[in-house]
Amino acid sequence: MDVIPKWADAILIPLISIILAFIISALVILAIGEDPINALQLMVQGTFGNSAGIGFMLFYATNFIFTGLAVAIAFHARLFNIGGEGQAMLGGLGVAFVCLAVPWPHWTIALPFALIGGALFGAGWALIPAWLQAKRGSHIVITTIMFNFIASALLVYLLVEVLKPAGSMDPATPRFPEGAHLPRMSDILGAVGIPFSDAAPVNVSFFIALLACYLFWLLVWRTRLGYEIRAYGQSESAARYAGISPTKIILIAMVISGALAGCMAINNVMAAERLVLNSVEGAGFIGIAVALMGRSHPVGVLLASLLFGFLVQGGAEIDFWTNIPRELIVVVQALVILFTGALDNMVRVPLAKVFLMFRKREA
Amino acid sequence: MSDGATTGGAASVAPAIELKGISKAFGPVQANKDISIRVMPGTIHGIIGENGAGKSTLMSILYGFYKADAGDIFISGNRTEIPDSQAAIAAGIGMVFQHFKLVENFTVLENVVLGAEDGARLTPSLAKARQLLTELAEEYQLNVDPDATIEELSVGYQQRVEILKALYRKADILILDEPTGVLTPSEADHLFRILKGLRDEGKTIILITHKLREIMDVTDTVSVMRRGEMTATVKTSETNPSELAEMMVGRKVLLRVDKEPAQPKGNVLEVENLSVVDEDGVQRLKNISLNVRAGEIVGIAGVAGNGQSELLEVLGGYRSATGRILLNGEEIDLTGARSDGQTRRARGIAHVPEDRHKEGLILDFFAWENMVFGYHHAPEFQKNPRFMSNAAIKADCEAKMERFDVRPPIPSLAAKNFSGGNQQKIVLAREIERDPDLLLVGQPTRGVDIGAIEFIHQQIVALRDKGKAILLVSVELDEILSLADRIAVMFDGQIMGERLASETNEQELGLLMAGVTQGAA
Repeated sequence: MDVIPKWADAILIPLISIILAFIISALVILAIGEDPINALQLMVQGTFGNSAGIGFMLFYATNFIFTGLAVAIAFHARLFNIGGEGQAMLGGLGVAFVCLAVPWPHWTIALPFALIGGALFGAGWALIPAWLQAKRGSHIVITTIMFNFIASALLVYLLVEVLKPAGSMDPATPRFPEGAHLPRMSDILGAVGIPFSDAAPVNVSFFIALLACYLFWLLVWRTRLGYEIRAYGQSESAARYAGISPTKIILIAMVISGALAGCMAINNVMAAERLVLNSVEGAGFIGIAVALMGRSHPVGVLLASLLFGFLVQGGAEIDFWTNIPRELIVVVQALVILFTGALDNMVRVPLAKVFLMFRKREA
Repeated sequence: MSDGATTGGAASVAPAIELKGISKAFGPVQANKDISIRVMPGTIHGIIGENGAGKSTLMSILYGFYKADAGDIFISGNRTEIPDSQAAIAAGIGMVFQHFKLVENFTVLENVVLGAEDGARLTPSLAKARQLLTELAEEYQLNVDPDATIEELSVGYQQRVEILKALYRKADILILDEPTGVLTPSEADHLFRILKGLRDEGKTIILITHKLREIMDVTDTVSVMRRGEMTATVKTSETNPSELAEMMVGRKVLLRVDKEPAQPKGNVLEVENLSVVDEDGVQRLKNISLNVRAGEIVGIAGVAGNGQSELLEVLGGYRSATGRILLNGEEIDLTGARSDGQTRRARGIAHVPEDRHKEGLILDFFAWENMVFGYHHAPEFQKNPRFMSNAAIKADCEAKMERFDVRPPIPSLAAKNFSGGNQQKIVLAREIERDPDLLLVGQPTRGVDIGAIEFIHQQIVALRDKGKAILLVSVELDEILSLADRIAVMFDGQIMGERLASETNEQELGLLMAGVTQGAA
């Protein structure tokens, strides 16, 4: 039997990791002469104190859900997709093309096509490293990282040279047509009589992200494809024995991964109503932390995305109201990533000992 | 502590090793329970027990890898703490592991000296080691070329290097963990001669094994372990294999397989000129031809690593090869799109792979997920074209677990939480219950307890009696001899010869396994 029960593995370990990360962050804040309690209060107040704060948190979380799921599906096939950032950039390009190509009559028609556009572009960008891995043995970590840089350069070129409206000084596409504007949370909740701030960009994409979580779960734990992906991820030699083609699994898992990352663009690009430079803002990388923390399970990914949404929004508040530099928020995020991802065993091993002690006492 | 010396006083000499009340638990698992044992100097002491009986744990405690929860160790009558392997070496204990710990591209001499160099300069210790090696070679037939690199040596010689390493460190007590698992019968005999020579020189040897025959052949005293406890210690001359087996398992066991003579019919599998070149360009199979008929078990004997694994992989559909394979007279695709494992299964080839941990099971998957592994495309397990029917799979798993007496019969338990025997039963249930025309079986009882071995052998024979063809690969010659109807011996990727099981014996097969053909022998 496993030493650590499932509930502790899923909840207790991440929780302890987060608390440790917060404690160390507090020490850092103390060291630069600021008040950590005050900082935490600001973060909580600035996020949960009003509906705009919640709106921003959910907006960021929506991005992280997509990229987190993208990394998670690759994890299930034991592939480390670090290219979420680049795939999301390309997804943005796909969404922009779709939105600009047609004078969309209504967002309900535009959204499915935008999703397909973003997914196709993201998937295409992930397919190249996947093919290199499956057929040529080029390590996917290296190639996906490199593809982030290529994506970034490609986007700069296209925005500056091709997509920018003539005469504009701003490297961005023109605004998308009215019919491609997504309803915001304030519109949706307003329709049922719940007041919600219209300052926050959170929009209908959040519900698409929740739907993606459910579909992810279905795919991984209910379909034959998911079964094969997990089997390959657990043991390549066993997968070969069972007649599961590694090439096929690598390609499919990475295509799904890239598509999920690309889908993020309906939130950060379509809702922004134009494609700008650096629209992804590191969400691809935070997706890695989210997937690690969420144990590659959609519920975990959802919760971790909310946490990181809170960190980003709370961080903006600290930056606004205190002398704590903005970089410190990056430090806090880095610590959370460090503790939940890299230093997992630091919490796991002592915890296992504690559980063993209790077991023995019972026995 | 002074009582150590007095304990030994009862006999005329103090025991070389005495363990008193050793206990060790891993979490809820009690690996060793209050174990006491006395190993007299100048004897070969066998420790026998099933997998998981706690033999290796006990030896790891003695060698300082684990710390016992309770109990004391006495070396030559003196209470000794062994916190790490350095302390064990200092106390005169040497260990030869099942998996050798040698640096492949170092010479014998360098390996012997490694970790026991005197000072920063290597030359004096190498000279000293060379001197010692010459002496040992004469004394115990332990001759190994000191300047050969390890990778040039056969497995038997590599094992001698391990023994030399221990002797170079002045070991008086030598522990060997399953030493014959990788040896041909003649290499094993040679090893036993070496061990007897060492004993006659006054060394103490502890031999850990699960093979009853070795215990009977070479040991003076034997201790039996079962479920973490030491159940008995007897003089080897005063016991017999069936009594030992009963003590190991706790009930009477059938050591021979009960089976009628085979009634073979037409060819199910025909292999013609099969050759395999692996990724490194090494030819693993060299023009193999063989056939398996319906209603017979063909055993492939041979020392591990002579191409048996590759043969199974080719037949199972996950290694490409050249040549021809016919199943029921129809050719099988060896390289094209239909050369995969799924197609093989669909055509009636089932496969119990050699390594159930690496291939046969996904250890983190539930038992029910493993029970369809490889057959997860089968129509009865689908809800619709894309979704699997977990309910149907679980129900099917429950039924198979009951028929194969898998314990505990819980489909939602992860495969890693079953014992070796029960894991193997899961794989066997999955493959046999598909009612295949041809069953490939690799090492069906490796790491399986005696009780389960009996059951597994019965199932394989039952499938044969249903008129199915079975190709059995095993490195356990006893298993091949008792289970197979016809035996082919593999050496260096070739089939050295075929014998009827009823008309051959261990000596003859042993020679073939070592690559000696009739002409030379």
